[in-house]
Amino acid sequence: MIFHPSILALLGSSWLATAVLLASAVFAMRLLASWDRASGSERQIRLERATILVSTAVGLVLALEAASLILFVFNADRMSALFVGAMCAVGTLNASVYGFATLYAKIAVFFASALWLVLDRVDGEGRDFPLIRLKYAALLAVAPIVALEAGLETAYFLDLKADTITSCCGKLFEDGPQSSGAGGELAALEPRPALWLLFGGAAVVVLGGLVAGRSRVFQIAQGVFGGAMFVVGLAAIVSVVSLYVYEQPHHHCPFCLLKREYDHFGFALYLPLFLGAAAALASGMLGVVPRRASLAVAQPAIAARLARLSALGFALFALACLWVIWRSNLLLFG
Amino acid sequence: MGARFERQRHLLDFAVASLARRPAKNLGLTLVYALVVFLLGSVMLFGSAIRREAGVMLADAPEIVAQSMVMGRHDLATGADLEALKGLRGIRRVEPRLWGYLWDSAGAANYTVMVPSPSDAAHALASGEAIVGEGVARARKLAVGKPFFLVSPAGKFLRTRIKAILPQASALVSSDLVLVAEADFRSFFAIPADRYTDFAIEVANPREVSTIAEKASVRLPTYRFVTRADMHRTLEALFSWREGLALALLAASLLAFVILAFDKASGLSAEERREIGILKAIGWETSDVIRMKLWEGTAISGTAFLAGLLAAWVHVFFFSAGLFEPVLKGWSTLWPRFPLSPEVDALEIATLALLTVVPYTAAVVVPIWKTAVTDPDAVMR
Repeated sequence: MIFHPSILALLGSSWLATAVLLASAVFAMRLLASWDRASGSERQIRLERATILVSTAVGLVLALEAASLILFVFNADRMSALFVGAMCAVGTLNASVYGFATLYAKIAVFFASALWLVLDRVDGEGRDFPLIRLKYAALLAVAPIVALEAGLETAYFLDLKADTITSCCGKLFEDGPQSSGAGGELAALEPRPALWLLFGGAAVVVLGGLVAGRSRVFQIAQGVFGGAMFVVGLAAIVSVVSLYVYEQPHHHCPFCLLKREYDHFGFALYLPLFLGAAAALASGMLGVVPRRASLAVAQPAIAARLARLSALGFALFALACLWVIWRSNLLLFG
Repeated sequence: MGARFERQRHLLDFAVASLARRPAKNLGLTLVYALVVFLLGSVMLFGSAIRREAGVMLADAPEIVAQSMVMGRHDLATGADLEALKGLRGIRRVEPRLWGYLWDSAGAANYTVMVPSPSDAAHALASGEAIVGEGVARARKLAVGKPFFLVSPAGKFLRTRIKAILPQASALVSSDLVLVAEADFRSFFAIPADRYTDFAIEVANPREVSTIAEKASVRLPTYRFVTRADMHRTLEALFSWREGLALALLAASLLAFVILAFDKASGLSAEERREIGILKAIGWETSDVIRMKLWEGTAISGTAFLAGLLAAWVHVFFFSAGLFEPVLKGWSTLWPRFPLSPEVDALEIATLALLTVVPYTAAVVVPIWKTAVTDPDAVMR
């Protein structure tokens, strides 16, 4: 099944990202061992020049990884036509043990990439490479995740066989007594508390993002609450928002939302949710990172901007949820 | 935000002006780039269009086809088995079908000879009449009202008159089709009265198709039950595989292009070096030069991608992908001529971009950086 255009494109981009990240990790080790800002030696100048290349290349491949997350899910949905029992992306991901593991790895790569790119951007604001060591130490942490993701993705696509009988989303995200696993538990969450959590949480992070400003404590809090809101948002999509989209009281699948039948509505939910969560986490990270003299102005300003961006993302997410509940013909209460 | 946007806009302005100063070099690269996008894009657009066409064709296929099997080979189905299937709960209708293949030495092609369904009033035939597909009519130069002769492998002769020629819209399935009356079919192929090629099963609830197929296979264990979903999956997998294989073969041209792009980006003329030296001397930072060069790459990528995609679209939907048709469709004397419905979806465009823009960008990043970090005095001296 590997000779499928989208699979070739996904594998190509994943392995390109891995090659770039691994080469950058080798450079990162060299830099961490011998970086000396005060030195004017040939080696130091070479290192400083190479950091520009690494930042550019890593920035490009990490942006590519974000795009490949969307393509991966979209492609999984399309490929569901190839497997017995598959109705949407869930069936395709379930067709191999590596399917969901790859998806989780891709999500982890997305957030790790977003945080690293913010770190890189902030570092670029200072004249004296203020966060260079932290940035490259972080790169050493990101590189194995990207490599793991490429490995899992390759194993997944190699493992896909056309005659596999897989289970559809109705099995994984059912709310009956026989439900099992995280999907079933999320689906079994009562709609009323799920809605309270969703809109209560959204109110907290939207307000938090707007008032965070330059306060480190608020920025860190925004990071923590934003991360929690991401989980709450996903749980709410499975347990209640999906019901309003499908207008069926028992269909909880978070992937069918991406289908054409539902006007690709899932993108209106997931894009702002991921954006809001990534911006909140980045704001929190900048709150935690010690402030250097050369970044005294830029770092808090960027963190505040990110907090506001996270507020915007979560607000759009909450509005999309509200809109679908208002527009739906399904009545869960009253 | 405004200032940053303005900055990028000016960098883009500068990049476009810089490209225009070296038209020959950049135009050559853009053309080769567009050609690569065109090749890969044609394969992808054609592959997906033919998959869509197959999907449309299968929409009218029976939900389940039951075939009798003997020693792992297809055998004729019997009237007794037809009755056994009819009694099964959940089955709305079982239609026995009569069809077979015939090698026609006159047309040098294989025909599918079939008896139209009794419920299909539009194609009802009296003995001595025939309806043929567009490919058969083309191969044998037939027209309505003309006589049409078939010779069976046993040497039996069937003389018919053409009642109609099937429209091109359904050509993918009907190009090689010859429809004849049941009595003609049976006497031509010497098929006894209660024997059929297979059964087409219609199920009352489409959600129960796989359950019904399972139940039916318990009742008739010597039969093979093929569902419409099975057929769809097989066609989808087959065409995707062919498309992917063609793309993998085209990877060589992609690699050649990447090497060309790398070479072009590395080999800066003395004038270009001077230009970068001056920019840095008047205060541009290395990152500005990189951004400007990346904008140049984006402009080239954007132009080449759009041009290549447009050319591929025209090639596939207006010229039926003449260059790749035999590879992707398979081959047959009577391959149908059918217009593909022009549709392009976001997944295809994204995949094509990943397959072309990403390798180009990867090829030019290092040369761009090398150019940008050069000391101004070193290049201007």
